[in-house]
Amino acid sequence: MPKDSGIGASSKRREDVRFLTGAGNYTDDINVHGQAYVHFLRSDIAHGRIKSVDTSAAEGMPGVVKVFTGKDFEGVGGIPCGWEVTDKHGAPMQEPPHPILAQGKVRHVGDPIAAVVADSLEQARDAAETIDVDIEELPAVLDMKAAAQDGATLVHDDLKNNICYDWQLGEADDAKVNEVFANAAHVTTLDLVNNRLVANPMEPRVAVAEYARGTEEYTLYTTSQNPHVIRLLMCAFVLGLPEHKVRVVAPDVGGGFGTKIFHYAEEAFCTFAAKACGRPVKWTASRSEAFMSDAQGRDHVSTIELALDADNNFVGLRTNTYANLGAYLSTFSSSVPTWLHGTLMAGNYKTPVIQVNVKAMFTNTVPVDAYRGAGRPEATFQLERVVDKAARELGVDPIALRRQNFITEFPYDTPVALTYDTGNYNGTMDKLEAAADLAGFAARRAESEAKGKLRGLGINCYIEACGIAPSNIVGMLGARAGLYDAATVRVNATGSISVMVGAHSHGQGHETAFPQVVADMIGIDESMVEIVHGDTSKIPFGMGTYGSRSLAVCGSAMVKATEKVIEKAKRIAAHLLEASEADIELKDGQFSVAGTDKSVAWGDVTLTAYVPHNYPLEVEPGLEETAFYDPANFTFPAGAYACEVEVDPETGQVSIEKFTAADDFGNIVNPMIVDGQVHGGIGQGIGQALLENCAYDENGQLLSASFMDYAMPRADDVPFYEVDHSSQTPCTHNPLGVKGCGEAGAIGSPPAVVNAVLDALNSGGKAVDHIDMPVSPSRVWTAMNS
Amino acid sequence: MYNFEFEKPSTIADAVAALGDEDAQALGGGQTLIPTLKQRLAAPSVLVSLSGIAEMKGVCVDDDGSVSIGGATTHATVANEAASSYPALAALAGQIGDPAVRNRGTIGGSIANNDPAACYPAGALGSGATIITNTRQIAADDFFDGMFSTALDEGEIITTVRFPVPQAASYQKFLQPASRFALVGVYLARFADGVRVAVTGAGEDGVFRWTEAEEALNKEFRADALMDLRINPANMIADLHGSKEYRAHLVGVMTKRAVEACL
Repeated sequence: MPKDSGIGASSKRREDVRFLTGAGNYTDDINVHGQAYVHFLRSDIAHGRIKSVDTSAAEGMPGVVKVFTGKDFEGVGGIPCGWEVTDKHGAPMQEPPHPILAQGKVRHVGDPIAAVVADSLEQARDAAETIDVDIEELPAVLDMKAAAQDGATLVHDDLKNNICYDWQLGEADDAKVNEVFANAAHVTTLDLVNNRLVANPMEPRVAVAEYARGTEEYTLYTTSQNPHVIRLLMCAFVLGLPEHKVRVVAPDVGGGFGTKIFHYAEEAFCTFAAKACGRPVKWTASRSEAFMSDAQGRDHVSTIELALDADNNFVGLRTNTYANLGAYLSTFSSSVPTWLHGTLMAGNYKTPVIQVNVKAMFTNTVPVDAYRGAGRPEATFQLERVVDKAARELGVDPIALRRQNFITEFPYDTPVALTYDTGNYNGTMDKLEAAADLAGFAARRAESEAKGKLRGLGINCYIEACGIAPSNIVGMLGARAGLYDAATVRVNATGSISVMVGAHSHGQGHETAFPQVVADMIGIDESMVEIVHGDTSKIPFGMGTYGSRSLAVCGSAMVKATEKVIEKAKRIAAHLLEASEADIELKDGQFSVAGTDKSVAWGDVTLTAYVPHNYPLEVEPGLEETAFYDPANFTFPAGAYACEVEVDPETGQVSIEKFTAADDFGNIVNPMIVDGQVHGGIGQGIGQALLENCAYDENGQLLSASFMDYAMPRADDVPFYEVDHSSQTPCTHNPLGVKGCGEAGAIGSPPAVVNAVLDALNSGGKAVDHIDMPVSPSRVWTAMNS
Repeated sequence: MYNFEFEKPSTIADAVAALGDEDAQALGGGQTLIPTLKQRLAAPSVLVSLSGIAEMKGVCVDDDGSVSIGGATTHATVANEAASSYPALAALAGQIGDPAVRNRGTIGGSIANNDPAACYPAGALGSGATIITNTRQIAADDFFDGMFSTALDEGEIITTVRFPVPQAASYQKFLQPASRFALVGVYLARFADGVRVAVTGAGEDGVFRWTEAEEALNKEFRADALMDLRINPANMIADLHGSKEYRAHLVGVMTKRAVEACL
């Protein structure tokens, strides 16, 4: 029976009422008395040397408060990178400065050159048009392989080359890897591109900053997934401000998908300018600005080789990837192609020898950083495409080949640094085969063929590593931050509860799911629990929401804090019931003495905590506890996906007819929210597979600079999904046994779609072994006809 | 957006007068012009809205059976009101953009703008429509003269577009995946005196007639008549969404489908 409340119930998302009725409070809804507006003058040249920036005319324009250029930030820090990667020779990555406003050079279209603060946005734009910028254009560095050559034009003149790092994971002995491949019965090789994406959350980025002269306190309202991280980075590395004088608020945020994790120049600028101008300063990105200033995603060019023995066992895997970092290092960009990517190359398989090589490149493009899945989709795409190609080359069933090579015993130490604690890949595949009615595929293919369409079935497996941790390990790997989280459970006198959490909800449904956990532990109604998030002045220092970590990490902190609250409440109850603490039981919001009918209600105990007339002297009044939680390991969600497509052989048009996801997320708090997270992830994965493509021309101009050319998935591009999460192997090391579900769909779906298209084409007699994403009609037709 | 004066006349004469101002710009439904203004890519002194002119709105059937559509008539109105008198054209109007676009955008605006991927230029050229302005009547064959370029003079207003109604017609639109304009759109109309095939989305010079296909179909109106025809890719558009060769191929497929839809 489905539960109707607490853990396991599909409670309706309480936050949706305000989102759907226009009552949300987004950053752009926040207007501070006396605010001025900033407009950034951005480079329309991808790469050039700034000869001069003349702002004298702008300064005299109506309404102008102040005009800033790179010179105004010479004594100020640059945007920091939060992860230092060490290359395969033991050297630290090359880490160029990332100034708030361009200094010396512009390095991508959209790089901010100057900023005008004025009474109105129109006045700021008018004034910006009068700024005279003289730039000596330089060749744009775009092709990653060319950029890696000696003598290539340098994006950063002070670096020795354009390679941020040359990194390796897994088997370091090249001779050993070569031997495995030399002795293999079969080797499958694939060159592929993981296309660059623009996250495009519905809400563009916004920042509003104010400075109170009397108290010397700053407040920054910003569209962030992690306000404490923004405060730390901005205070410690950019502006040199004391953290206790800076409050960062991320109110309702209309989607993040990773791109709102990072600390951006515009946030630091508004905070700096609020003091410099003596006025609050507001910036709201236009969609055009978002296309050229939000950190973008993916953009890997890879070669992957899979070695198999005569019995089709995977015996070796080698990858060589060029990862595009763009013009500057965004906050977590360096970790994405390395520790979030190389570590996933074992996938669901017991391949004994794996070597991952990654060259991370600077280019004259918008910085690239984490986007839903962050490194894991890139790893999964390579691996699952090469496995599928191997199955076709060997003439074996792609499911059987996968099953034969599945890891079946846990814990499992991979050759690429992870220890999977638990999983059941065959069990999850069984669920998929049933839910997707794979037995009926042949009949569905016949129906499609009768209509003149080609039908294909694509299978994909994925492993994900969520809740990246523990802090001591990630610190050794180069993380410049801890990766714990925190929660404070504040019980009010009348028994209702405010839970202050470090996680930030921007679509994940925390405001519904988190209270389900606390209410379930105590046995009270969910409506008595509310979470508070997104304001550094209200919440404990948590690390925010990304990497499908919130429930696994912050939820665990919340459980621990709630356990402390319950423990203290039991002491108070024991006093009221004149019983031993050890005999007190809590059930359905009642404390009772075991084996008796004596009990006292939750609300009576909480009231006693705040009105401690009849109270144990050795216990402090009040009922509020905080816990920090640093996980022992990652969590490892895994799944198996099936996609069925129809291809129109005349036009190359692909339509997704059926999509089934079987995921193992461990225990589940709210199945409906999990369904929604998977749906959203698959939608974005289908977007990557079929539609989305962030492209630059040979001069570094952004070709897909608006929705006229950047194709977002729409409702009619995706099918109704079948989602099954009944395969459950609970996480072994967190108190809820949960694993995380936010990114799975975006990781698992692109290879399933591409595998399905290729299956369709091959079924029609077209021997096509790969098409790069997006698998657009044009590309499908070209592949069929070449 | 830069500042501008705004006028909303109620007669064609007043609109013409208002457009006499140097740097004045006519505003139809604004589906191209307003985004252009927002990006500060145009700076008209006066915007003259044509949406308040009653005589430029609506769909009517003339005595000779042709369908006349006021220049300020929205796509949604055409989709509804021409559904029985000229179903293929109504279907074309119903496929433009989304409901918001169809309820603002106008036929006159679309034809005057002559976007190389817009639908209406194909409908007008394929139908052999007559574009009627405040000063003259222009045959569609003489009206469209290159990407974003038409025979209209400065300040000239499209008041009506008159469509002869063919025996059968079909618009086959292959969507550009992002904008959902036509990557290739083919409007085919079969009249007693011959077939017209107009292609949008594909040509470097905007909408054009595929005369080889017309000749083949005039001999024999069936899809197989097109089998050996290939349009020259050289003059096709190439962009992120499709090569010249792909567009040339799609012109053939969409034309074939239009023929099949007319049979």
